[in-house]
Amino acid sequence: MKNGIDSLFKKNGGRRKALIAYLTAGYPSLNAQRALVKTLINSDIDILELGVPFSDPIADGPTIQYSSHEALMKGISLHKIIEWLTRFKREITVPVVLMSYMNPILSYGIDAFSRDAQKAGVSGLIIPDSIPEENKEIKKVLERRGIHLIALVAPTTPEKRLRWVSTKTAGFLYAVSVAGVTGARKNISPQTKRWLSHLRSVSPSPVCVGFGISTKDHIASLRGSVDGFIVGSALIELIRNNRFPKCLGKLKTFVSTLSKECHYGRGK
Amino acid sequence: MKIYKKNQLPDKNGYFGPFGGRFVPETLVGPLNEIERGFKAAIKSASFRKEVNDYLTSYAGRPTELFEARRFSSAIRGPRIFLKREDLAHTGSHKINNAIGQCLLAKRLGKKRVIAETGAGQHGVATASAAALLGLKCAVYMGEEDIRRQALNVFRMKLLGAEVIPVSSGTRTLKDAINEAMRDWVTNVRTTFYCIGSAIGAHPYPLIVKYFQSVIGNEAKRQILKATGRLPSALVACVGGGSNSIGLFAPFYFDKKVRFIGVEAGGRGISSGEHAASILGGRVGVLHGTKSYILQDSNGQVAATHSVSAGLDYPGVGPEHAFFKWSGRADYAAVTDSVALEGFRVLSETEGIIPALESSHAIGYVLKNARRFKKTDILVLCLSGRGDKDVDEVERILKARTS
Repeated sequence: MKNGIDSLFKKNGGRRKALIAYLTAGYPSLNAQRALVKTLINSDIDILELGVPFSDPIADGPTIQYSSHEALMKGISLHKIIEWLTRFKREITVPVVLMSYMNPILSYGIDAFSRDAQKAGVSGLIIPDSIPEENKEIKKVLERRGIHLIALVAPTTPEKRLRWVSTKTAGFLYAVSVAGVTGARKNISPQTKRWLSHLRSVSPSPVCVGFGISTKDHIASLRGSVDGFIVGSALIELIRNNRFPKCLGKLKTFVSTLSKECHYGRGK
Repeated sequence: MKIYKKNQLPDKNGYFGPFGGRFVPETLVGPLNEIERGFKAAIKSASFRKEVNDYLTSYAGRPTELFEARRFSSAIRGPRIFLKREDLAHTGSHKINNAIGQCLLAKRLGKKRVIAETGAGQHGVATASAAALLGLKCAVYMGEEDIRRQALNVFRMKLLGAEVIPVSSGTRTLKDAINEAMRDWVTNVRTTFYCIGSAIGAHPYPLIVKYFQSVIGNEAKRQILKATGRLPSALVACVGGGSNSIGLFAPFYFDKKVRFIGVEAGGRGISSGEHAASILGGRVGVLHGTKSYILQDSNGQVAATHSVSAGLDYPGVGPEHAFFKWSGRADYAAVTDSVALEGFRVLSETEGIIPALESSHAIGYVLKNARRFKKTDILVLCLSGRGDKDVDEVERILKARTS
């Protein structure tokens, strides 16, 4: 089965880096989501990552805790997200990756979820509170549906395990830039850059970095070490501070800057 | 303290049957492996075991007594009831057993800072005390709702030099305190040891907590044999996350004639939906690193819980309890807030012992079900903590009822 993520990285190759933009599904509302997604696509993102809100997001910092909570208060659920994607899949011209904690998926049922996610055109899944050892069953089911289960590595992952995990991922390897939770950070340390370069040299899959990536300069400084960038909290902050739909213009400007840097930047 | 039996669970992946495991962000896998290796080496080391035992004896005041509650038994026309007096342990509850063990482990692993979550404040106070004793920095996460209803323990923790960090997210109780503690841990994992107080969390935590709390059951077994010459008919203990109950039950695991009864927090009644009985009212799911019974809605969002007792006010339960339920080794029941309060009152009046509201659930269960036991039956009931911390809250509730 062809997966949009694979074709993307094949096409990208060399200098062009992928921009993966994260939105919390249902924030600020499910109605707003159509315009937000359209704006992101018009800003030339490569992959849309939709976060499934969970009541206990232990891997998330204050920003995504807030957006998740708001979305849950408005009644968002994994079922509604899948329905929404199914309805608008023709408009979403980039691959879609879902990010969901384990429990909503188990509650949905692994088989039912995989079937419905496939129908909704989902290309990949990230489970921030699970690891390859626990994902054997779900990975098998997802693969049958042509959906990639994307594994994560962190700076605390030992070398041997890092190499092992990089063989267990599909689509790309999600490199968590720092030990910590999601959220914008000011600086990126030189160690992070060295670590990412190393990771990229050992991983058979493309490496995309997330957690704390929030500016054009971050992308410029790391673009030589990875294959793509995941930007999340920075977008949610922007939406939160500028209120929908006023935020759309600023979102377009900001994300276009990031995608230009990803696609045509010269930084190393 | 005995060495953990090899043929007992969990398996090498941390599973008790289909429950348990390690559902954590990748950042924590390396550190969890380090803790697992460190723990296994520590409990093999005679000097570590001696150190733990010495502190349990000379600092925590172990062994705690096994006291036959004769007046309580006759008041409720029930079986013979022996109270395992964990309320007499230093800091006022069984939590000190595990806090000393884990803080010594933290030191052994070279960590300078420990963090803990707390509901009723008992684990927070125990960890703060152990940290003070061993010269470790300590931060305790506590939900704002619990800070309100357990003010005494908050002040105790501060006196002990710990930083108490209020948690205002979600339901502002134990569950959210754990979320926040896990976020701290994931961020500071290189320098910080997370001292989990309940038999929950990712592997190897349920194993570690069981190991350090098994002192309860090991002592109780020796004491009941000495007092009565036979094993008890049943063990009764309250179950929130399930640390005092697993500590009492585990050493009797192979004594098949000894019935295990875990008592969950029934809140305003299971049918009201306002309770914290995860085993009786929950579905299998994943929360805080482990697969177990979870109170959740139809979309897999974790449900808000209610219990008069902050220490039981938690929507999950330790994976080994889920396994005991699933395999039929233990029976689980729930008692409501009012039955627990009744237990609180009756034990105070008949024995001169004011129990913690958590332990009052186990007492309430026996009170309600006294007739189901034979007079000759012998019960061991874990009096997991003392009730000083709860008197203000109980007074408030009783006032609200009469007005």
